[in-house]
Amino acid sequence: MGPLINPQQIINGLQLGSIYALIALGYTMVYGIVRLINFAHGDFFMIGAYAAYAAFFAFNAMVAGRTGTLAFIVLVIAMATSASVAWLANKLAYKPLRYKPKLSSLITAIGVSMFIEYFFSAFPAIGASYRAFPEIIPRRDIHIGPAVVSNLVLIDLAVAAILMIGLTLLVRRTTLGKAMRAVSQDKDAARLMGIDIEMVISFTFLIGGAFAGAAGLLAGMTYPRIFPYMGILPGLKAFIAAVLGGIGNIPGAMLGAYIMGIAETFASAYNSLIGEGIAFAILILVLLIRPTGLLGEKIADKI
Amino acid sequence: MKLQKFPRFLAVVILFYAVIEILFKLDVVNGYLLHIINLSLIYVILATSLNLINGITGQFSLGHMGFAGVGAYVSAALSTLVFKLSPSKPGDMLVFVGCIVAGGLAAAVVGLLIGFPSLRLKGDYLAIVTLGFGEIIRTAFNNLDVVGGPRGLLGIPKFSNFTTIIIASALSVVVIRNLIQSSHGRAMLSIRENEVAAELVGIDTTRYKVMAFTFGAFFAGIAGGLLAHLIQLAHPTQFGFIKSVEVLIMIYAGGVGSITGSILAAFGLTFLSEGLRLGIRSLADATGLPIGGEWRMVIYALLLIFIMLFRNEGLMGTKESKIIELPEVE
Repeated sequence: MGPLINPQQIINGLQLGSIYALIALGYTMVYGIVRLINFAHGDFFMIGAYAAYAAFFAFNAMVAGRTGTLAFIVLVIAMATSASVAWLANKLAYKPLRYKPKLSSLITAIGVSMFIEYFFSAFPAIGASYRAFPEIIPRRDIHIGPAVVSNLVLIDLAVAAILMIGLTLLVRRTTLGKAMRAVSQDKDAARLMGIDIEMVISFTFLIGGAFAGAAGLLAGMTYPRIFPYMGILPGLKAFIAAVLGGIGNIPGAMLGAYIMGIAETFASAYNSLIGEGIAFAILILVLLIRPTGLLGEKIADKI
Repeated sequence: MKLQKFPRFLAVVILFYAVIEILFKLDVVNGYLLHIINLSLIYVILATSLNLINGITGQFSLGHMGFAGVGAYVSAALSTLVFKLSPSKPGDMLVFVGCIVAGGLAAAVVGLLIGFPSLRLKGDYLAIVTLGFGEIIRTAFNNLDVVGGPRGLLGIPKFSNFTTIIIASALSVVVIRNLIQSSHGRAMLSIRENEVAAELVGIDTTRYKVMAFTFGAFFAGIAGGLLAHLIQLAHPTQFGFIKSVEVLIMIYAGGVGSITGSILAAFGLTFLSEGLRLGIRSLADATGLPIGGEWRMVIYALLLIFIMLFRNEGLMGTKESKIIELPEVE
């Protein structure tokens, strides 16, 4: 079977896409609301993986044998840790620059990203070396025709789907979601309508961070190797996925992430170097052909 | 572009050169210190050329070291693989200059190729694209066996010395400064101040953005070539994203749009960086604690964040010293 019609690759691509989607959602929500490319977002993903690693060893003995409970506790801790770091980064580094030139926040975001990465690798208890991620849920393979679907694939897809449905409901059906949409459309008008903009922004960082944390846990379980710089490339690719879908657009980020996941899996199967470069090729193509992304709307420049 | 008279700057450069040479002969400045000065002078080229793109033209490039990498590899490949020189014959210095300029031109061509499609983009998108290109260039070096792959390009002849580096550095500053003074430079400044207004008065903004980008890439390539011939090694990790951010920190610490600021920050931060390296090592030795070299980058990151939070415009803002003689733009 040729590499182009290989169902195994599609399954692997969907699995990778689920992880990208969870990261991309944070990028796209933050960009939609504060127009900032949060460079540190990939590092929130890395923090989620490390938090899950620590939580596993902290609770493994306590809930011995009950895999489901353990996995749930680990997931909650990963999400909570990343969410708190994201919230803190916003409070300390991004909020003071909210009304300064846009590039200042971008450079600060680079600084925050560097700080998190090097602090993790410099801190003696963590260190720069690779760590093997523990097997939280034992892997089992299910054979469907020529393809192998492991239970991890199903878990990745399910967790991503549940979180994404939850987010969609939150944004579409709740008052907070309505406030988020209002702020993303027009910050000043939203403020005049009595919306607490800073509260909405903080909440956006919390959700984005939580999703990145969940992605960190899933990535740790799927590709069981973690290190302080593990967030850089997935973060960049998830950002490209968000641009592909139309940055600021939530369904767009999901669509873009799955396209990226599948494209990368197929390209890597063909040649590993092309697999690494395809994300950037997609970015250049999108920016040249359709800079607003697949689902994005064109916004005219205000003069 | 007419090269304007530049007496005060030239006097300062010659004085600096003479003082360092004399102190070196008297053994006050040792080889290590001279090496740091050489590195600082190379960073002066990198910072001023990035300032042309980010500070003067108001674009945002995150892949500057990628261009330096092109310059380093091309010039080093020429001087080692093609000429197989040992730096002894009298004509060799001319060949070396040729190799460095060829490296700069190669970087400029890459800059032109990257600039055309990507400079249609604004601000943060441009940052991502240049970051991506920088990483692609680095990955390419990592995978090209002709230039050593992940081992890097070894055995480069040591052509760079204090004299060649200071000449190249001073020339770069003069050319960039004269470019800013020219009508082209004014067009670039107008893009930074207000791109829409610049376009409305008939400035071909894309053309000037590409021009700034290509010039910046050329000088980055020169700096890369000098660096490769100084440390006799060209390695993919020297030209990665983090190195680009280090140059970025320099221009934001010194002042976006200030050549003087870039020069001061290039010296200041290169010395700070070496100081931190030594300080951390002796602290680790003295206390016996496992204090790794990564703390240097932690401090760098905090420095960048604090500059942005508390002194957004950098040390010099857009001011220039009298030595550079660049008129202020209101």
